[in-house]
Amino acid sequence: MRLKSALISIALGAALIMAGVITLVDFPAAAPAPSPLLINAAGATFPYPIYSKWFTEYNRVHPDIQINYQAIGSGGGIRQLQTGTVDFGASDMPLNDQLLNDFKFKVLHFPTVLGAVVPAYNIQGINQELNFTPQALADIYLGKVTKWNDPAIADANPGVNLPNQDIVVVHRSDGSGTTFVWTDFLCKVNGVWDAKVGRNTSVNWPLGLGGKGNEGVAGLVKQTPGAIGYVELIYALQNQIPYGRVKNPAGIFIKADLASTTAAAAAESKTMPADFRVSITNAQGKGAYPICSFTYLLIPANIQDTTKKTVIKDFLHWMLTTGQNEVEGLSYAKLPEDVVAREMKAIAEIN
Amino acid sequence: MASVPVTVGRARPQGRARAFVERLRRGDNVAHLIVWLAAASIIVVTVMLVYQLYVNSALPRHKFGLSFFLGKTWDPVRGEFGALPFIYGTVVSSALALLLAVPLGVGAAIFLSELAPPRISNATTFVIELLAAVPSVIYGLLGIFISVPLLRTVVMPFLKTTLGFLPLFKGPIFGVSMLAGGFVLAFMIVPFIISVSREVLMAVPVEQREAALGVGATKWESTWHVVVPYARVGILASVFLALARALGETMAVTMVIGNDPKISASLFAPAYSIAAVIANEFTEATGDLYLQALIELGLVLFLITILINGLARLVIVATTQKGAAQG
Repeated sequence: MRLKSALISIALGAALIMAGVITLVDFPAAAPAPSPLLINAAGATFPYPIYSKWFTEYNRVHPDIQINYQAIGSGGGIRQLQTGTVDFGASDMPLNDQLLNDFKFKVLHFPTVLGAVVPAYNIQGINQELNFTPQALADIYLGKVTKWNDPAIADANPGVNLPNQDIVVVHRSDGSGTTFVWTDFLCKVNGVWDAKVGRNTSVNWPLGLGGKGNEGVAGLVKQTPGAIGYVELIYALQNQIPYGRVKNPAGIFIKADLASTTAAAAAESKTMPADFRVSITNAQGKGAYPICSFTYLLIPANIQDTTKKTVIKDFLHWMLTTGQNEVEGLSYAKLPEDVVAREMKAIAEIN
Repeated sequence: MASVPVTVGRARPQGRARAFVERLRRGDNVAHLIVWLAAASIIVVTVMLVYQLYVNSALPRHKFGLSFFLGKTWDPVRGEFGALPFIYGTVVSSALALLLAVPLGVGAAIFLSELAPPRISNATTFVIELLAAVPSVIYGLLGIFISVPLLRTVVMPFLKTTLGFLPLFKGPIFGVSMLAGGFVLAFMIVPFIISVSREVLMAVPVEQREAALGVGATKWESTWHVVVPYARVGILASVFLALARALGETMAVTMVIGNDPKISASLFAPAYSIAAVIANEFTEATGDLYLQALIELGLVLFLITILINGLARLVIVATTQKGAAQG
């Protein structure tokens, strides 16, 4: 009995000392590192890889700031910004006037990177890059051109022996900024498309099969003989999917790459409105690829919390300088210099 | 018995409180209360679900009214929303899945419960129950990489040459189609049918089989005329459980059905289901009308499920009465 109680008191004493030590060690460590400032953002999935990299890098430079980004889709990001559950949003397309009016506060657009959309196809025996006129693409998606050897396609591809094969049209089934860019381009180049279908993240397709995500479209195109579909340039580059050239307004069949995407933004930057809400599809300029767009951060013009305001402004500054050097490593096209310069000035509008 | 102290308690509040504490102490009522709460919470969740769907779909309900159910156009650009192609796709793909899965599932269950040696039966059942736990995205991937190419290169050309005179098997062959949707759904729900039906068949008393064999029935006659009819309510329940899963299935369906909201008589044509369009378009839906139209689709799916479950009840009641009349 005595031994037992002695053991218990030793154990208790040891526990007390341990607890004291832990408190002593723990307390001073916790005091100088307050919990990091948490900034919440949500929105587009297309730029998620680069945003995620940016926010991690930024956190490395500023360990006291953590930006938490949820890639829930542009629509979700806009809604969360509207209800004030996030500090800023992100969208693949600029908000239209009606959506902006729905906001109870002023929202600023900040372009971050550029994306392009490319036509991918699967025709047996054809391995070379095909040329597409905007008219041919619109007519294929309207169901007017139904065979691969239709003159609309064949005339742009002299020397290519196109088969008498049915075209199977593939589009995205999920709502997507990619679809917005694609349909926006078709609206600009084809009046019938503009009147009949229009532009949006999802549209009422005249025909075709729907694939979920870039991978769904690419999978369907790969599997289905005679198929044509559209995918993001990044996806095509990273998965080595062959894709065609598209004729730009200067009359040149141009292949999408990072340079021709940035060139499209540069070509449109002179005529760009002050709020950056602009479509850069079908951009003028010899080196410009015609199917590309900005993706945006949506920042409230008035941020009540002064700490958050300073941090968000600093992040935007960092994103436009250091951040831009990292985008091409992830296959995104970077912003042209004059757009960066204009955004730098626009940061001052946040107050 | 139990109602007596309650009526006494109502007359004398003090006594009622004391009786309540007394009964609490016995523990029986605690258990009673807990299971009652468990059951009630299900009802509460369901009611809240319907309420939320109803409230959040006010815009399209007022704008389109009943024409929402009959409209064939789904045009987010112009704000014109009709649910009929999605309702059609959901119901037909699920019906197709049942058509393929019920004979397969019930047949397998009969074999496993009546004919297979117990060891094989148990081992197979274990594998089948594993299948029921496979995530639907895996079924979707199998659908894309195996079922769809197989359908496009073998099954659909065969159907077209042999039964091509039927409108069901006309039109161009893409692979992804209503048929592919039904096919993948069938694979997904077969484990449910087998697993539940086997349990039900095994629960049929041995005396039933012995009696049948005793009056000179063969093994098959005893199975088909005695055991299966005895278990039919349970088998039907398994079929409706499977149907419920098929109606609500999202991921696997959207990967193979082609996602085109059109109504076509041909099973080779692409189609679209309610759950698939909600999952596809919800994240990027901008504008209240569009978003609420998607929510109203959720309400429609709920109505379809209620309708089918109601039918299931009717079928079960009808067959039970018929069984009793025969007995």
